[in-house]
Formats: sequence, structure tokens, C-alpha cells
Amino acid sequence: MSKTHEGMDVGYVAKLACIDLTEEETTLFQGQLNQVLHYVEQLDELDVSNVESTAHAIPVFNVFRKDVVGTSLNHADVMANAPSSVNGEVRVPKIIDQ
Amino acid sequence: MAELHKLTITELSEKLSAGECTSVDIVTDILSSIDARDGAVGAYLTVDRDDALDQAKMADEARTAGKASPMLGIPVAIKDLLNVKGQPCTCSSKVLEGYTAPYDATVIAKLREAGAVLLGRVNMDEFAMGSSTENAALGKTSNPWNLDHVPGGSSGGSAACVAADEAIASLGSDTGGSIRQPAAFCGSVGMKPTYGRVSRYGLTAFASSLDQIGPITKTVKDSAILLETLCGLDPMDSSSIDVEVPALGEQLTDDTSLEGMKLGLPKEYFVEGMDPEVEKAVRDAVEHCKSLGAEIVDVSLPNAKYAIAVYYIIATAEASANLARFDGIRYGMRLDGKDPAELYAKTRSAGFGQEVKRRIILGTYVLSSGYYDAYYLKAQKVRTLIRSDFTEAFKTCDAILSPVTPTAAYKKGEKTDDPLKMYLDDILTTPVNLAGNCALSVPCGFTSAGMPIGLQIIGDDFQEETILKVGHAYEQTTEWHKERPSL
Amino acid sequence: MKYEATIGLETHVMQKTNSKMFCSCKYEYGAEPNTHVCPTCLGYPGALPVMNEMAIELCCKAGMLLGCEINPYSKWDRKNYFYPDMAKNYQITQADEPLCIGGQVEVEVEGEMKTFTLERIHQEENAAKNTHVAGASLVDYNRAGTALMEIVSNPCMSSAEDALAYMAYVKQIMQYGGISNCDQEKGQMRSDVNISVRPIGQKELGEKVEIKNMNSFAFIKDAIEYEIDRQTTLLESGGSVVQETRGYDPDRGETFTQRTKENAHDYRYFPEPDLMPVQVPEEQLKQWRSELPELPAQRQVRYVEQLGLPEYDAGVLTADMATSDWFEQAMQHTKNAKAVSNFIMGEMMRLLSEQNVEISESKLTPENLAEIIELIDAKIISTGAGKQVFEMIFNEGGEPKIIVEEKGMAQVSDDSALEGWADEAIASNPQPVEEYKAGNPASINFLMGQVMKASRGKANPGAVMQMLKQKLDA
Ligand SMILES: [Mg+2]
Ligand SMILES: [Zn+2]
Repeated sequence: MSKTHEGMDVGYVAKLACIDLTEEETTLFQGQLNQVLHYVEQLDELDVSNVESTAHAIPVFNVFRKDVVGTSLNHADVMANAPSSVNGEVRVPKIIDQ
Repeated sequence: MAELHKLTITELSEKLSAGECTSVDIVTDILSSIDARDGAVGAYLTVDRDDALDQAKMADEARTAGKASPMLGIPVAIKDLLNVKGQPCTCSSKVLEGYTAPYDATVIAKLREAGAVLLGRVNMDEFAMGSSTENAALGKTSNPWNLDHVPGGSSGGSAACVAADEAIASLGSDTGGSIRQPAAFCGSVGMKPTYGRVSRYGLTAFASSLDQIGPITKTVKDSAILLETLCGLDPMDSSSIDVEVPALGEQLTDDTSLEGMKLGLPKEYFVEGMDPEVEKAVRDAVEHCKSLGAEIVDVSLPNAKYAIAVYYIIATAEASANLARFDGIRYGMRLDGKDPAELYAKTRSAGFGQEVKRRIILGTYVLSSGYYDAYYLKAQKVRTLIRSDFTEAFKTCDAILSPVTPTAAYKKGEKTDDPLKMYLDDILTTPVNLAGNCALSVPCGFTSAGMPIGLQIIGDDFQEETILKVGHAYEQTTEWHKERPSL
Repeated sequence: MKYEATIGLETHVMQKTNSKMFCSCKYEYGAEPNTHVCPTCLGYPGALPVMNEMAIELCCKAGMLLGCEINPYSKWDRKNYFYPDMAKNYQITQADEPLCIGGQVEVEVEGEMKTFTLERIHQEENAAKNTHVAGASLVDYNRAGTALMEIVSNPCMSSAEDALAYMAYVKQIMQYGGISNCDQEKGQMRSDVNISVRPIGQKELGEKVEIKNMNSFAFIKDAIEYEIDRQTTLLESGGSVVQETRGYDPDRGETFTQRTKENAHDYRYFPEPDLMPVQVPEEQLKQWRSELPELPAQRQVRYVEQLGLPEYDAGVLTADMATSDWFEQAMQHTKNAKAVSNFIMGEMMRLLSEQNVEISESKLTPENLAEIIELIDAKIISTGAGKQVFEMIFNEGGEPKIIVEEKGMAQVSDDSALEGWADEAIASNPQPVEEYKAGNPASINFLMGQVMKASRGKANPGAVMQMLKQKLDA
């Protein structure tokens, strides 16, 4: 990963994460995160080409539930949490395209 | 009925059984303690006074009707990222403004089942991202031992309320040290259970593969009692593991011998930059355990030094996805926009604090196209090495002793401008989260400035029984846990 | 230069489960909005997913029926993107370790058998439903989190006909396997189509265009044809195709740019920490394999070999599983396969299409048809009367025997009645009688008609013929 982070475009990544940053935040984060990424470079010391990755510390398999219908939430409670709703549906600004 | 708030679960449970006090007495006393101290400490976000008194009444009635459980009628404070039906769950974030939890987290359901009294919800770093409870949008919390100091984090409110006798016990969550570190900073006992031991259902996720809920208490025995209540397989959490729940509370007796116990001392854990006072207190504690009959052996955790790098990749990556749901559509805060994209960006920019944004961006970056292998995949592989280190170490010892943090609680504002410096403080706690095993933080002394120091007792997978035994033996033969802050 | 198209399909099929993929909310089409929702499918803080065992079974069975290998180890991933139909703003899906790998199907395209290969089938969760009103969009989360499989073909097709035949085949198999109803109007089967065009002889594929989310076969056909045409014209005029995602506008019959490569999503896939991997035990797979239903091709063979039906009939009857099942139910009550087949292919299909209903909605039961055929075979009613009874029951319901009796439709085979009508026909029609006797056997048909007329259709035609011949030949 050597030095790749120097190209980290905080503005672009923020957009991917759906966050608008102010100019000050962008500059601040750029510096701070580059520092963090520089620190993370120490992992380059390790050769892990033959190491399995760990997604779950304590792995188990096949945790299923039966296909049985349970209770759903009260509709009024769901609507009460929604910041905006119309006729039992959650209202969002017009979706323009994909 | 004076000073009930100063007692432990064990002591109060005895008094309740003996009819020397009622749960209403305890809750009333705790509420006045909160009134007297929380102005200074700032542990609570909301205290549910009437509700708590109602629950206490119900607990008293249940006891009259013959119910008995060690948690029956005991008031507990809840870290505000656990869903409690009908209550807010703010995660100390503006983005959850207006959200009412429509369901109980599994641990909350278990507490209700056991008859515990839910006092209210306590402060934390926003979405559990932080080590000082300074990243909190809705309130400031101070360390009861010195109000100018941080209580630690992210479960700062949970540790501070117990240390300040504003709750008998509390629930916290630990993703990279968030129970153990504030417990150490506040002189309380904090337990990070084995991953999968306690259901995460209803715990607002920070980093799903690392998060565990655990108790913060005044004593090790209390920790055992509360943990036992929280444990067990939960069909609602696929990562919850089907292992037997031992009688954790009962096994802790007056026998404080550690004869036959092998305790490992990892040389890598006495890191550069560690406060000599902290190091000395921990080394004294190790000697003390030896005097109780334990054999001390050297162990090595060679990859522990990579834990911070690995942790800040994995935790932020998972968080970037976990926090994507806070978008202003179905609940919480909404700033409108001309289209959904604008709504998301405005809501999230205004709703999240700076540290949360910083971590989301880091996590988004390490997963993004072209960087996944170099960061995320690599971190997952090093995670395997860190876990193997522990597996190896536990072949030669029953538990590992170390400091919890390199320093005691520091002054507020001291590290807020330097995220990396703040992250590096987690060096001794994050390896356990990455490996998945359990660890306990127990008070083991004070700095010359009067701030508490914590001893970390690390156990193998599902060996909570062992570390509680070591912690209990140490605690019962030392006086540290009896010290209270003067407020 | 000549050009050829390469087409691959990503077909999303909603499985027939009672509850959703990762929560216990009910899967029900057309329910009141946001009534089948819970913390998990709404993406509330703290909620967690747990796998629906039946969905895994149905996905594996789908794989078995489409010739896939079942992956001994499969896992879950998060696919991240923000969209109002995504409760968590990530979809739980399977990236690098899907449940089913590979696969191939034999499909008849315009009389020719072709082999199409699959890349994989993976399990995922459905999105919520958006509707659009003036100035806003509305979200109903009832569909959010329902079980959805994605069947991914290789780029192995070359025409709209190929694609349609493949999809029709997949639909048929999913229905036979009890995996999905594949009701396209309910959005239970939707396809993304990948199309590229290259000069014939060129090895590597051309730039790929993806047309998203179409549920109508007719639209898919039009979209493919339009797109092949567009890309070919572009290449012929020296232009180049841009890799992009396009939508299809059925009103204009055209595709249009939706998302260019530069704006492509960066999905940031990573392993789902909230779900554990799947390793279906060998024993379980064996059990599921043994439960697989007979497929249309196998049924066709059985209909021909065991029931003696013509291949044409077998093909028509098995094309749709409901029809085939109906046929089999009727066969439990009669041995006359050809008669059942004739009724289904004739009266039944005519009435179904005239009234635009499904065979399952017919008031006429398979037992009713068997009884009608029994009445015809026993010569109690004529075939014509049988058809009338069929239509009456189809419309109004009822019992064949009772209707025949009430309406007096039974055939007359009684000799004395027949004799009277026959004598009268011979006496009042001397000319055809003469012609018959003069050696024109066809003339007997006129007399026959007269007898049938006199009996108002109730005379047993065979018996009438026999009687007329007897009298005239004497
Ligand atoms: Mg998909
Ligand atoms: Zn649900």
C-alpha cells in the first residue's frame, strides 16, 4: 500500500459516504487522516501472503432461523419515528433517477 | 436509610433479602445522590425518575410474591446506545434526535426479567467513537476523581456514574477498550466479555465484529453477578454463541488463594511512553498475585503492536457501513434537500460530530475501490496473527496481566486536537477486541495526582470465570476498590 | 463488417418464503404499506439479521435444478450504496462466495436446442418499494428484506430470442421447483440485461451496456433489439460504445443513459460481520436433492412413454406447471389421457384465454373433467354434449352427472326410439335412400343427420349408423 494514501481525496471519499464537509474540515481531515494512514503503513512490515483473514473472531456456521412469521412493529410507532410521512408511507424528496 | 447508594449489588441484595430495605428505598437514595452529584459529574443524559420508582415498586412486589434474583430491585444505568423500548436512544448524537426505540435490546429484556431497575441513560462518546467522552453532542461528563479530567470513553458516563455512586452498576459497551479504559480511569471494575457471550441485539453497532456489551461495577463480585444476568445464547444475534453460562457470582468465595494459577506477563505490554507510576502499580499488582500463590510466567504477544493499525482499519470500515443507516429517512434528524442525495448529505453533515465523520471517511476510504486489499484485507490477516498470539500465550498460562492504559485519566482537552495520539492510547485494550477473548479491568492503585490506575486481567475465549476469580482474589486482598472520590 | 451481439442476464427471483430473508416479518404482496416491518428490515439502530433457513433451501434447490454446484462454503457481504429503498444503505448479498456456482441449461430456441451456462446464483435481500407522487417519492418497506435470489448467466446469448427462451425456461423451472411464483406483474422476477456488440471474428467482447430492472418479457425483447441496433449502428458509423447503465423507456421503445462509467457506484463490498458463513452439510444436500420435483422435460417423456400422448400434447401440457399439475390430478380419476389432453388443449385453454383467468381459478375441477370423459366413454353423452357440460361447469360450477340429468342430455341408445326415428328418416327421404342403394355410401350421412335432428342431438351416433345400415342393407 506504499504511499497510496497520499492521493487520498477526502472530498471524494466524503461524497461516497454522503457527508458534506466544509473547506476547513476537508483540510483538517486530510492532514489528520494522512497521519493515521502513515501510521498504518507499519503493517507493510508483515508478510501475510499465507495468512487467512479473520472476519469473525470466533467463527460459527449455519446460524439459521425457521421460516416462521413473527410479530412486526406497530405501524403507528413506525410512522411516529419517520420525520415525514404521507398515507402510511415514508416521504422522501422526489427520486430523480438511479 | 442512609448511604444505600454507596453499597454494592452484593450488599444491597443481602439487605433486600433480609428485609432491611426496599428497592424503592434504594432508588430514592440513588435519585438524591444523582441530584447531589450529577450537576458536577454529568454522567446522565436522562434520568427516568418516575419510571425507575415504578420499576422499584414492582420489584418490591415481586419479592413479596416470592421472586428472588441477585439483580432484583437493583438500579442500573444504561449506556445510551442500547435500545430501551419507549425511550430515546441518542448514542450521544444529534442525528438520532427524535428517535424513540420501539424495542428492548436483549440485555435490557434480560435485566427486566431479572427485576433490575433501569435508572436512565448515561453519556458516551458519540456512537462509541472516542476514549474520553469528549466527543459527545448532548452533554459533558467529568471524572469523579478530578472534575477537570476526562472519565475515559467511550462508556465514560457508565464508569463515572458508578464511581460517583450515582448508580449501583451500569452497562457499557467495549469495541476497543470502551468499558475497560473508563473503568480504569474512574476506579471501577469493567468487564469486556468474550465476543458472542452477550447478545448484541439492540446495541447500536459501532464495529459489529468487535462490539461487546459488559458491566461496569464497584466490585468484581458485582461484575460477575451482572454479567451472569446478561449472558446466554440469543436467537436474534447470529454471532451469539451457544456456550454454557457458569454460575459466575457463586464461584467467588472468601477463598483468595491463587495457588496453581499461572499468570502471564507480556513483555510487549509495558510500552514506551507508559507513565512510570502506572507501570509500578501494575508490577506491584503482579507481585501481589504472586504472593497469593500464582506462578508468574513470561508470555509474548509479538503482533499486539499492530493492533491499533488493524483496529482503526477494521473498526472504521465496519462503522462506515453501520452508520450509513443514519440518513434522515426513517427516524431521527432530517434536513430536507431537493433530492435524496442532498437530504442525506445535509442531515449527516449536521447530525454527526467531527470524530464520527473522520472515522466514517477513514472507513469508507479503506474499503473503496483499489484500496480494499491494501488496507482492509491486510488488516483482517494481521487480525489472525493477533488472535494466534493469544492462543499461543494461553497454552502456557491461565490469564494474562497488564496495564489497561499507558497513563491514568488526563485533563479534558489535552488530546482532542490530535486524533492519532488519542487512538494510540488504546494500544493495550484493542488486541483483546480483535482476538475476541475476554478481559477485566480492576483498580490497582492511584497516581501521585490521585487518579485511579487499572489492572487488566485478560482471559482466553469464554474464560470469564478465570479472570473474575483472579480479579476477585486481588481485589479482596487489597484496599483500592474501597476508595471513593470526594465529591 | 458484420457484427454480433453478446448478452448476459442477471435475473432476480423472489423466493416463496413465509417470512423475510433476515427477519420474521411476513412476506405478503399488496398489504397496507409499512405494516410488515420491524427494526431489522427498517434498518433501526441495534437490529441484527438472522438467516431464513427456507430461503437457503430454496436457493440451493434452484441451483440443483439449474445444474449448479452447491458451494461447500458460502458467506455474506455488504454492498454499500445510498438509496431511499435501502433501509440500511447497504444490501446484504454474496460477493465472492455465493451459494451456487456454475450451472447450465438446455433450452429450445425456435426449434433448436441451445446450451446456456450460468456463472452463479447468490442469495440476497430485496429493497423497499418506491412510488412517485407530485413533488415527492414514497417508501413502503413491506418488501424490504424479502428473500431474493440473483441468477447470473454467463454472456452466452446472442439474441433477444435466446434471452427470452432462457428466461421462460428459468421461470418454468422456478415454478416447477416451488421456488418462486415468478409473477412478473408482482415484481417477483426481474432482469438486468448486459449487452455488447463486436465485429464477428473479434475475440474480446465489446463495451458492455447494462439495462436495469425490467420485468416484462415484451419490454426485455424490445430493449435488447433496440440496444443491439443502437450499438451496431454506432460501430458501423465508426463510433464507439460507452460502458454505462441504461434504462428502458417502454413508451418510446428506447433505452437511455442512466449512469456512466465515471459515475459508477463504488460498492465497497466487505464481509458482513453480523452473519455467519453457510456450510450446508452433505446429508442435507442429499435430502434436498431427493425432494426435487420432476421437471417439465421429464414429465414430457413420461406423458409420451407411459400415457401414450403425442409429443405435441406432452409439450403443451407441461409448458406451464399449473396446467401440468391439473392434468395429473385429472389423470388420477380416469385412464383416458388423450381425452383429458384434448379437453385441456381445446375447451380449457379457449375458455381461460377468453375469460383471462388462471387454470387454478376454474370452477371446473379435474374430477369434473374425468367424470365428463367417463360419461362420453360410456356413451351416455356425446362429445358435443360433453363440451357443453364442460363450459357450463367452467362458468357456473356443478356436477356433470346432475347437469346431464337435469338438462336431459343423455344420449338415446334405446333401440325402439332409434328405430322410430330411423324409419321416419328412410320413409320421408327417398332420394338419399336411392343413392345409397345405388352405391353411394356417403348418402347415409344425410339420413344420419335427420335422425340426430329428430332426436335433438341425443341419439347415440354409433347406434344410429348401425341401425340405418342394417335397415338399408337388408
Ligand atoms: Mg444483486
Ligand atoms: Zn422485518
